[in-house]
Amino acid sequence: MSRLAVPTRRSTPRLRGRSLNRRAISSWQLYVLLIPAVAYIAVFKYWPMYGAQIAFRDYNPSDGFAGSPWVGLEHFERFVESFQFERLMVNTLSLNALGLLIAFPVPIILALIVNQLQSERFKKFTQSVLYAPSFISVVVVAGMIHLLFSPRAGVVNHAIEAFGGDPVFFMGAPEWFRPLYIGSDIWQNAGFSMIIYLAALTAIDPALHEAARVDGANKWQRIRHIDIPGIMPVVTILFILAIGNLFNLGFEKVLLMQTDLNLPTSEVIQTYVYKAGLQQAQFSYSAAIGLFNSAINLTLLLTFNWVARRANQSSLW
Amino acid sequence: MADPAFNAVSIGLLVLAIAAIIYPLYFIVIASISEPAEILNGNVWLIPQSITFEGYARIFSDPAIMRGFANSVAYTVVGTFVSVTAILFAAYALSRRDMLGRTFFMLLFIITMFVDGGLIARYLVVRDLGMLDTVWAVVLPGAIGVWNLIIARAFFENNVPSELREAAQLDGAHDFRFFFSIVLPLSKPLIFLMIMIHLVGNWNAFFDALIFLDNEDMYPLQLVLRNVLIQSEVSGAGGSGAMDSYAAAQRIGELIKYGMIVISSIPLLILLPFMQKHFTKGALLGAVKS
Repeated sequence: MSRLAVPTRRSTPRLRGRSLNRRAISSWQLYVLLIPAVAYIAVFKYWPMYGAQIAFRDYNPSDGFAGSPWVGLEHFERFVESFQFERLMVNTLSLNALGLLIAFPVPIILALIVNQLQSERFKKFTQSVLYAPSFISVVVVAGMIHLLFSPRAGVVNHAIEAFGGDPVFFMGAPEWFRPLYIGSDIWQNAGFSMIIYLAALTAIDPALHEAARVDGANKWQRIRHIDIPGIMPVVTILFILAIGNLFNLGFEKVLLMQTDLNLPTSEVIQTYVYKAGLQQAQFSYSAAIGLFNSAINLTLLLTFNWVARRANQSSLW
Repeated sequence: MADPAFNAVSIGLLVLAIAAIIYPLYFIVIASISEPAEILNGNVWLIPQSITFEGYARIFSDPAIMRGFANSVAYTVVGTFVSVTAILFAAYALSRRDMLGRTFFMLLFIITMFVDGGLIARYLVVRDLGMLDTVWAVVLPGAIGVWNLIIARAFFENNVPSELREAAQLDGAHDFRFFFSIVLPLSKPLIFLMIMIHLVGNWNAFFDALIFLDNEDMYPLQLVLRNVLIQSEVSGAGGSGAMDSYAAAQRIGELIKYGMIVISSIPLLILLPFMQKHFTKGALLGAVKS
């Protein structure tokens, strides 16, 4: 803090002295840079949020979002009372909750193992193979499932037959939809999520591992007592985010994996919204279902964030 | 668990995982050049049988598939340009601590991560804008991911020293000039990462095209792929539909399916080695931020 202030220092007090308006005007160029992105969220995010009010109205295009007649909770009541309601809720919740419980730990386990590998080359090779599928499109993954699990030509059924079993019509069996969906989700995404945990693991102070090694701790003990506690904050945050998406995950793939035969388990809220809304043009009714879905998501997110903060863990805010 | 046991178990698990990922992909490749009858009879396991390139010949002579390919290239290029430009611009502005209203604007973006107007309202907005069946319907509605914006902002915050800006300002360089001639050249790794993320995302996207495009001539490859793979529409435009017997159509249909998976994934596989480095860095950035 020398008094022989270099010229750069002089600008600071003068900046503070200016009124807020002057400050805003002097950085007008920054606001220009913001225009495209702000215009984008205004048009494609906030306008649809405003439009979501059609869930409480009988939308017709000529009256627009705010001009269509108000019907209150009519659409919500219709949905809750419809025969679809229970099935959709059960399917959505079980697909996503099971998916979360089964798929969430996999990348963590992979990261803990890969992190312990001594050979840098094998480590690199493993990483690139494991996350390669995340660059493949959902259409291709769903297409591969249809092909590989096909009853007559699929390689999976050939393997089953080679071991003396009977072929299974996987895509036509409601009980196989969830295992296939969750399994392919792990196949495609575990490697990419693993990288986030690996990054968190590299942030752990190597001195801890050194000290533990000197004290005679083996790899398993170091994983349990250093690595796992070390990445817990990241795990918690990703888990909260995943919970917030519990009713949201991968509906594109659900749509792609649906067949007429597996609908009893594969019809979820969002695919139903797509069909009722965009294929049958029941705009208000399906908007109400969509809103119902988002409300559950947000509630879950807030609840779990609150719980995590209560438990004195890391939270989103 | 002692170290040797731990090593054995963990290496065993990894080898299993690697095989589980590589084998299906490898099988698709060999199936795309194997005689469908051999696949049907379960003779194809590790080596292609009765090699045929008919599937690929059909794919390359099918105007619908080739148009889809060209459309996807166009959408990917335009979409990536639009997204990356908008994200870099906004992220830089939001990285400037001296910008008035920074917290407010950041909040505007972050809210959209958790609150959503829903599919129907989004569709109606795009329709009201008159964008249905235009390039913009594919490119604009999903242009900016807030997560990417946060990553880019973190990069600028950590890599553009404010002393540099103050020096540039003394030299009379305004924000635009500073951004374009100093910040951007300093941010090549970020720009590269953003381009990669969006190339992959745009190339693989299909849902916006599904809901916003009616005109089949505008379909991107992923949508063509979906119709062929999942709806099992044997692409009729390929020619002699009526001439082929049902069995022959079935046979070529199978070949086309395997081949199309290969063809549609090749552009990304070419990029993969480049992405390796940058994706890891990006994930790291994201993790640090969260």
